[in-house]
Amino acid sequence: MRSKELHRLMVNRELREVAAYSSRTLLEVLREDLGLPGTKHGCEVGECGTCTVLLDGQPALSCLLLPADLEGQHITTVEGMANGAELHPLQSAFADLGAAQCGYCTPGILMVAKALLEENPEPTRAQIEEALGGNLCRCTGYLKIFEAIELAAKTLHQEEHAHAG
Amino acid sequence: MPDKLNVVGQPLRKVDAAAKVAGRTIFADDVVLPNMLYAKLLRSTRPHARIINIEASAAETMEGVKSILLGSELPITFGILPVSQDEHTLAIDRVRYVGEPIVAVAAVDEETAEDAIRRITVEYEDLPPIMSIPDGVRATDDPIQAYAEQGNIHKTISFEFGETKSALEQSDLILDDTFFYQGNTHLPLEQHAAVAVYQPDGKLVLWSATQTPHYVHRALARVLEMPASRIQVIACPNGGGFGGKSDPFSHEIAVAKLAMKTGRPVKIALTREEVFYCHRGRHPVLMHSRLGLKKDGSITGMHFKTILDGGAYGSYGVASTYYTGALQTTTYHIPAYKFEGARLFTNKPPCGPKRGHGTPQPRFGMEIQLDKAAELLGVDPAELRLQNLVQPNSLTANWLTIRTIGLRRCIEKVIEASGWKSKFRKLPFGRGVGLACGCYLTGAGLPIYWNNMPQSGVQLKLDRSGLVTVFCGSTDIGQGSDSILAYIVGEILGIDPLHIRVVTGDTDLTPVDLGSYSSRVTLMTGNAAIQAAERARELLNDAVAAELKVPKDRLVAADNRIFDSEDSAKCVDFAKAVQLAEAKFGTIGTVGSYKPPASAAKYKGGGVGPSPTYSFSASVIELEVDPQTGIIRIEKVWIAHDIGRSINPMLVIGQVEGSVYMGLGEALMEEQEFRLGVHKTPSMLDYKSPTSMDMYSIETILIEEPDPVGPFGAKEVGQGPLLPMPPALCNAVYDAVRVRIDEIPVTPEKILRALKAKSQGKEGRFGPQSFPTIEYRDPMFILPPWSGGDGRSSAQPEYTRKGL
Repeated sequence: MRSKELHRLMVNRELREVAAYSSRTLLEVLREDLGLPGTKHGCEVGECGTCTVLLDGQPALSCLLLPADLEGQHITTVEGMANGAELHPLQSAFADLGAAQCGYCTPGILMVAKALLEENPEPTRAQIEEALGGNLCRCTGYLKIFEAIELAAKTLHQEEHAHAG
Repeated sequence: MPDKLNVVGQPLRKVDAAAKVAGRTIFADDVVLPNMLYAKLLRSTRPHARIINIEASAAETMEGVKSILLGSELPITFGILPVSQDEHTLAIDRVRYVGEPIVAVAAVDEETAEDAIRRITVEYEDLPPIMSIPDGVRATDDPIQAYAEQGNIHKTISFEFGETKSALEQSDLILDDTFFYQGNTHLPLEQHAAVAVYQPDGKLVLWSATQTPHYVHRALARVLEMPASRIQVIACPNGGGFGGKSDPFSHEIAVAKLAMKTGRPVKIALTREEVFYCHRGRHPVLMHSRLGLKKDGSITGMHFKTILDGGAYGSYGVASTYYTGALQTTTYHIPAYKFEGARLFTNKPPCGPKRGHGTPQPRFGMEIQLDKAAELLGVDPAELRLQNLVQPNSLTANWLTIRTIGLRRCIEKVIEASGWKSKFRKLPFGRGVGLACGCYLTGAGLPIYWNNMPQSGVQLKLDRSGLVTVFCGSTDIGQGSDSILAYIVGEILGIDPLHIRVVTGDTDLTPVDLGSYSSRVTLMTGNAAIQAAERARELLNDAVAAELKVPKDRLVAADNRIFDSEDSAKCVDFAKAVQLAEAKFGTIGTVGSYKPPASAAKYKGGGVGPSPTYSFSASVIELEVDPQTGIIRIEKVWIAHDIGRSINPMLVIGQVEGSVYMGLGEALMEEQEFRLGVHKTPSMLDYKSPTSMDMYSIETILIEEPDPVGPFGAKEVGQGPLLPMPPALCNAVYDAVRVRIDEIPVTPEKILRALKAKSQGKEGRFGPQSFPTIEYRDPMFILPPWSGGDGRSSAQPEYTRKGL
């Protein structure tokens, strides 16, 4: 008989305690044990990027991570992206430019984009392409996604400017 | 219809965009019900075998296992087409491909269900696997499917529209070419999933990642022997479809049966490997085309032959086979046309409809052959195409009705934008441009099962709060079909589309729409929505005219109000208008429906190809080929698409870019290959598809000539723009390095082999060398419209019996 293990995880700035089978990946624990189905899966073996979350701000594939290894790290999922009811500028840009067609790869791509813009607020097109190299999208042909990230970079820049001013 | 458009034509957000970017869309695998069980399938490890015995007792007694389902419990077959109801939910006595489901297990969690599956053993008696077109055409006395027409030949088709042999004999130039289009798969990011619950009141509910809830509804009723009125199918938003979720699937029926057996909700979520086995993707097609032209460039006739490698079951395959011959006639005038097609059963996952369904393959051959013809005639391939264009409001040789055709403008625009005239055959060695065109349906003219009911229905509920709810059976697979309904209703009622509630894809709540396939949704649901909304506006206008004492025909609906066009101060807001109408007429609800016009094609088999109207595309690709490595680098893609009118140009461009991406993926790298009966690449790492690093610049040009049958003039865009990609790429490769690659994907190896052959003085070509002999049936002879035909088959001229 398989047994469950107690994990203490910091998810979207909340401390969550959860009992889960030790074989369960972070992806499964988020979706099935913590009620956070916003993180999607496309392969569950680290090939498509769909399940990307942020670990201390860095993109990581939740299908390849075990919660036991993650105590003390900050996990961010798409559910933790908006500021209350207000969408993050990346989310708004994706909605405004049609960068989410079926929307299934979107949470993972948003996570990568968020990490990218935090590290590099004005990425070039080539840097965006490279950052997204591990995230498959079958609907858009990627171009609208690139454009949305560029738009969000501008918005964030203006917001920062407004704050500074 | 309003004169001035406020919503249609605007690049608005989709109605579901905010939910999607917030990760709040509920896809099928996000559905969680209390006390839910999890199911797994045991799948065949053999490509072709008899099942001798299934030993499941070790699994049955496992702690946490709640039910084990065997094929013998569901003896009734199903399938998407009435002519090929050949699938069992779980294999009973024979397996026909690696990955075919045999046993289903429901357990308290997924891990336990997986363990149980591992403890079940199947004893097989292997049969010789049939894995290729040459294998499939060979005679056999133990065919994969007993109902096949001859041996493993599932179905043959033969039509002749006009006396093709004599037409070809009058040509100055005849080209004979053989092409191969490799099979590939949809690869939606979302893996299939379904959840079923059998309620205490005897109703069954199924949530599924399906593009066609109506057909799943019918399949469940048939296999489970339950009245359809007690089954509810809810299509969750699909995480990508592309045709791969258009069949009823074994896992959907198995999970429903397990829910009935256990009395508990049951979920199944397939692994990526299992999605490869569901497949229903692009048929590998071997083609032979004989094309005749006069010296002046006019086409005299065409004889086109196809062989489709269908996989183990029927799926949409009979329709796919017809589609490999149906749309050759819709772009260039072909005075006489003969088509022979055949589909084979092989021991692979079944092929079916993928974006373009059966038409990208023949379009590939045809557009390359025209490029070759232009070169032999010494004319520009753009000019050759322009010279032969089909006329608007005309009939083709096979009796398809062409209404608007924006192809001339498409070609002219891409030629101009790409600088074609200064580049074609003028760029330095290693660099080239290629042109190709395409055409696709805006919805199949006929439903999949024969009936004369509407193909799409819409109901509107107008609430006195001012909320409008649109009910429609359509399924949003990412293309934006929910949004299209809201835009159209919002336009006609003058309200903000983002405040309209859209309820779709639920067989209990929404009127039937046949599904998200054949690029039918915008046209058919759109026309149904227009009818329903115009009926609602009549009621509102009646009530508002009485209230404001203004003649009805002066009322305008816009900006969430209804006002007098001559004095906009005389107005009521929308909610008030609904209240006035409700007081006058009672509860306000209207309906609309759509059925395509009758086809001019009256001959048997003429049901595949007709469409209310057709979209057209033209594309120029500029690329570089490294002659040392054979590696292709795409410089830029120009594509013009005849959309009729964009309901939302942002979504239209999104579909064009997605089609270009997917078409180039097929052209360059995507292929479904097998070795010793086993899928070689059933993973996202091994099955290569373009990444963000492979993308190229795309310039999209929309040609807007509103079509009289489209909603606000709109035609399709979800599939058509894929079609020019593979042939434009091959034509550009030829322009760059002067070798012909007559098959896709165009890998560096194939280019190098063709270059090597050329350097050795042989033909600079890579492609199939021969076309097997097949006993096609005697052709059905149909006189083309210009020869005095009436759309029916006529007496067979003697020569057609002997073949060409």
